[in-house]
Amino acid sequence: MTIFDHRGSEKPSFLIPSFPLTGKDMIPHDYLNEGLDLTDVGEVDVVRHYTKLSAMNFGVDSGMYPLGSCTMKYNPKINEKAAALEGFAMHHPLSSDSASQGSLAVMYELARYLSAITGMSRFSLMPAAGAHGELSSVMIIRKFFEKKGDKRKVILIPDTAHGTNPASVVMCGFEVKEIPSTAEGDVDLIALESVLDETVAAMMLTSPNTLGLFDRNISTIAKMLHDKGALFYCDGANLNAVLGRARMSDMGFDIMHINLHKTFSTPHGGGGPGAGPIGVVPELEPFLPVPMVERAGDRFFLNSDRPDSIGRVHSFYGNFLIMLRAYAYIRTLGPEGIKEAGDHAVLNANYLLSQLKTVYHLPVDRICKHEFVLNDEGIPNGVTTNDIAKRLLDYGYHSPTIYFPLLVHGAIMIEPTETENKATLDEFIDAMKAIRKEADESPELVKSAPLCTPVKRVDAVRAARKPVLKQS
Amino acid sequence: MSYVSNTETDVRNMLGSIGVSSIDDLFSDIPPEMQLKGSLSLPSALSEIELDALMKKKAGLNNQAVSFIGAGIYNHYIPAAVDQLAMRSEFYTAYTPYQPEISQGTLTAIFEYQSMICRLTGMDVANASMYDGATSLAEAVILAVRSNSRSKIIICDSLHPHYREVLSAYSWANDLSAVEIKNERGLFSPHSLNPVLDETVSAVIVQNPNFFGSLEDVKQLADAAHAKGAYLIYAVTEPVSLGLLKKPSELGADIVCGEGQAFGNPPGYGGPCLGLLAASEIFLRKMPGRLVGKTVDADGKEAYVLTLQTREQHIRRERATSNICSNEGLCALRAAIYLAVVGNRLRDLALLNHETASYLKSCLAEKGIKHVFENPFFNEFVVRVSDAEKIISVCAENGFFFGVDLGRWYPLYRNCILLTCTEMNTKAQIDELMKIL
Repeated sequence: MTIFDHRGSEKPSFLIPSFPLTGKDMIPHDYLNEGLDLTDVGEVDVVRHYTKLSAMNFGVDSGMYPLGSCTMKYNPKINEKAAALEGFAMHHPLSSDSASQGSLAVMYELARYLSAITGMSRFSLMPAAGAHGELSSVMIIRKFFEKKGDKRKVILIPDTAHGTNPASVVMCGFEVKEIPSTAEGDVDLIALESVLDETVAAMMLTSPNTLGLFDRNISTIAKMLHDKGALFYCDGANLNAVLGRARMSDMGFDIMHINLHKTFSTPHGGGGPGAGPIGVVPELEPFLPVPMVERAGDRFFLNSDRPDSIGRVHSFYGNFLIMLRAYAYIRTLGPEGIKEAGDHAVLNANYLLSQLKTVYHLPVDRICKHEFVLNDEGIPNGVTTNDIAKRLLDYGYHSPTIYFPLLVHGAIMIEPTETENKATLDEFIDAMKAIRKEADESPELVKSAPLCTPVKRVDAVRAARKPVLKQS
Repeated sequence: MSYVSNTETDVRNMLGSIGVSSIDDLFSDIPPEMQLKGSLSLPSALSEIELDALMKKKAGLNNQAVSFIGAGIYNHYIPAAVDQLAMRSEFYTAYTPYQPEISQGTLTAIFEYQSMICRLTGMDVANASMYDGATSLAEAVILAVRSNSRSKIIICDSLHPHYREVLSAYSWANDLSAVEIKNERGLFSPHSLNPVLDETVSAVIVQNPNFFGSLEDVKQLADAAHAKGAYLIYAVTEPVSLGLLKKPSELGADIVCGEGQAFGNPPGYGGPCLGLLAASEIFLRKMPGRLVGKTVDADGKEAYVLTLQTREQHIRRERATSNICSNEGLCALRAAIYLAVVGNRLRDLALLNHETASYLKSCLAEKGIKHVFENPFFNEFVVRVSDAEKIISVCAENGFFFGVDLGRWYPLYRNCILLTCTEMNTKAQIDELMKIL
C-alpha cells in the first residue's frame, strides 16, 4: 500500500499561513499550473503509513547485518544529536566564512584525522559517496598525466574489484584492463607484469582485498607501478580492517578514497547519504577538488585559488552533516578506540570463520581480516547461496553479501564488524548451522524462504520484464 | 570507547577457537615494515557528556541570523512529522534494499518518491536519487549525449555558477564541449541560442527559475532545441517552484534534473543534498541510478524491488550507465514524507513564497533599492545596491543575512545582490530589515 492508496482528507492537516497579497508582480498566468496531483492525506494517516512501512524494514538497530564490504557497524546516537544541532543543520553553505567557523573547523579537523589514520597527506571531503570519490580520484589521475603531457589511457583493476571501480574509470575516459587474481585472492603478479607498460596510468586496488585478505605483495605491486611512472589507487572500503595497524601511505598508495558510511559509522539511510573523502600524497595535492578548507592562525576559510585543481565535483562542499557524524565518531573513539574497532572487527570475523568453516566451504583458508568469503559448494539438494541468504532472514538476520566477489562462485561474504559481541556471533553461528542442516534434511524450507518476513520471496524477474516505476 | 562489547573472556575464547594466542597474530600477514608502531595521532577519546558539550560549542561558532540566502539551497519549513518518521532507526540504519523481503519500508517510500517527482515534473520515470543538483545535471548531460550520440551542450550563464563548474569538470572527463551563452537581461534568450544551435548539439540546458530567480521561456528554448534534434534538459534548484509553475513536460523538457533539498531536508551547510533525475520513457534503459519497481511476492502480494539493475555498476561494471552506488536514499525518503505531509498544499506554499518575495521586493523598491531584471520571478530576485559588501556586513551585524553578492561570480554584476524569500521569512522580519537599511 502506498501513500496514494490512502483516503484523501477534505480538511488539510498542513495549513499554510496566509500572507496579504500585494497584487504586484503577479506571475503571468501562462507560467502557472492549474493544480497539483499529489495527495491530501491527513497527518494521522501519513504518520501511520510511514510507521507501518518502517516496521517492514530491518536496520542495524534491528539486528546483526553481516554484509561483507559494507561495514554495517552500529550508528551512534550522539552523532545523530550532533547533526541535528541547529547551528549545523540550518546553516547555509553560502554564509560567509567568518559566520561558518564551526562547520569549517569540523571539516578541517576531520580531514586532519583522516590523514593521521591513513597516512595520506591531504584530504578533500567533497565527494558525496565512495563511487564519487573514485571518480574524482580518476579525474586527479587524468589531470596529473595531462599536466605532464603524458598520454596514458589505461587503468588496471583486479577481477575482484567492486563494480564501481571499472564504472568510475570509464566515466573519465580511461580504458579498463582487468588483472586476474590467484586462487588465494592475491593479485597475479605475472599477469600484472605482462600488461604493465607506459600506457598504464594507474592501478586500483582494494586493501585489504574484497576477499577480506591482505595482499602480501602490496609493496611489490606499488614498486612495479611506480617504476613505470604509474599511480597506485586504494579503494578504502575495507579500511575498518587495518585501523591503527597499517596505513595506506606505508603500503605505497598515492591516492585513496574512504567511505565514511562504512568505516566511520555514519548511517546507511537505506541507500545513502554517504561520503567518500579522497586522500593523496603531496605530489597530487594540487589536483584536489575545490574549494579546500584551509587554516590561517585560528581562522578557517574556503580556498578555491588552486589552479591545478580538477575543479568542483559537488554543488557545495560535500555531505557536511555526514562529515559531522564521522567527526563525532572519531572524537568518541580516540586513538585507542579506533584501533580497538579494527582489532575486534578482525577478531570477530576470524572467530566466525573458525566456526563456520566446519559447516560451509571456505575457498581460501587463511587468517582473514574484517571479512571472509564462504560459498555454497557441496551443499546438497540444489540449495543455493541465494536460498541460504533468504533463509537467514527468517532467523532474524540480514543476509551477508552474496555473489560478490565474482572470483568465488556463489560467494557468501560475511563481515560482522566490531560492534557485535561473542554472544550475538554465537547465535549467528547457530543459525548458519541450522540452515546447513535444513539444506540436508528439509531443503524445501530453505528453497522457499523467506517465510517469516513482511513479504515472501519477491519476483524480481517480473519487475524487470514489465517495469512499473511509479504509481499513475 | 568504541562500541565494542566483547569481554576479556570472550576474547580469550575466540582466540582459542581461531587457534592464535593474541589479536596481534591476526595481523602477522602485514609486512613488519608496514605495521604501525605507536598510536595514531588523534585527540583522546571523549565521553558522551564531553562530546555533547564540544559539538554544541562548535555549532555555536556558526552564526545564525534571519536569512534571505537561497542560491541553490533553501531554508524551508520541515514539518515535525518528517524528522520523527525519517529518524525511525528501521529507516536510517538500514542498508540499500538488496534484500527486498526485509526492506519494503525503504522500497515503498522510494517508489512513492519516484511517483511524486514524476507527478510534479510530468516525466515518465524518476530515479531513486543522485548526489545533488550539480551532479544530477552532469549525469543528465551524459544521458543525453549517450542517447543521441552528439557531444556538444549549450548552457547559459543564468545557470547556477557551481553547477556550471561541476558540469565543466564532468564535461572535460567525458570529452564533451559546452558553449556558454551570456544571459540577456537575466534570461536565456532564444535568439542568442539560435546562432549556436545545430545538429552537433546534444542538449540545451535551462535552469528554471534561473540563478537570478527569473522565470525562463522554456517552451521557446525547447522548441528550438527539438527543431535541431537536441534535447531540452530542465534544471531546477528550487523545486518548491514546481508547486506553482507549469510542469516541465508541458514546456518540452526531455530530462529534468536538479536539487530536491528543499523538500524536507535542512540546508546542512550544503549537504547532504538530493539530486533529482527524471526523464521521458525513451531514456529508461540508459538512466543512471537506482530504480524501484512494483511487483509481487511468492504469495501474489504487492511488493517493491530494485529493478533494471543490469544498468548498474554491480552488474554491468564498466558498461554501467553510471558508477553511482550509494546515493541520497534517506534524503529521498524525507522528501517523500515531506510531500505526503504537505501534499497539494505545496501550491499554496509556493504562492506564499512568491508573495513574500514580492513584498520584500516592493519594500526595497520604496527604499530606492531596485530590482535589476524586469522578469517574472518565483521567490528569488536580484537588486542593485551602492556597496554590496557594506550593506551585507551591516545587515549581518544586525541579525540579517542579506542575500549573496553576485560579484563573486559575475564581474558584470558587481554590487548586485541575489535575495531569496521562503515561507520562513515573515512580514515582520522584512519590516524589521527595512528599518536597518
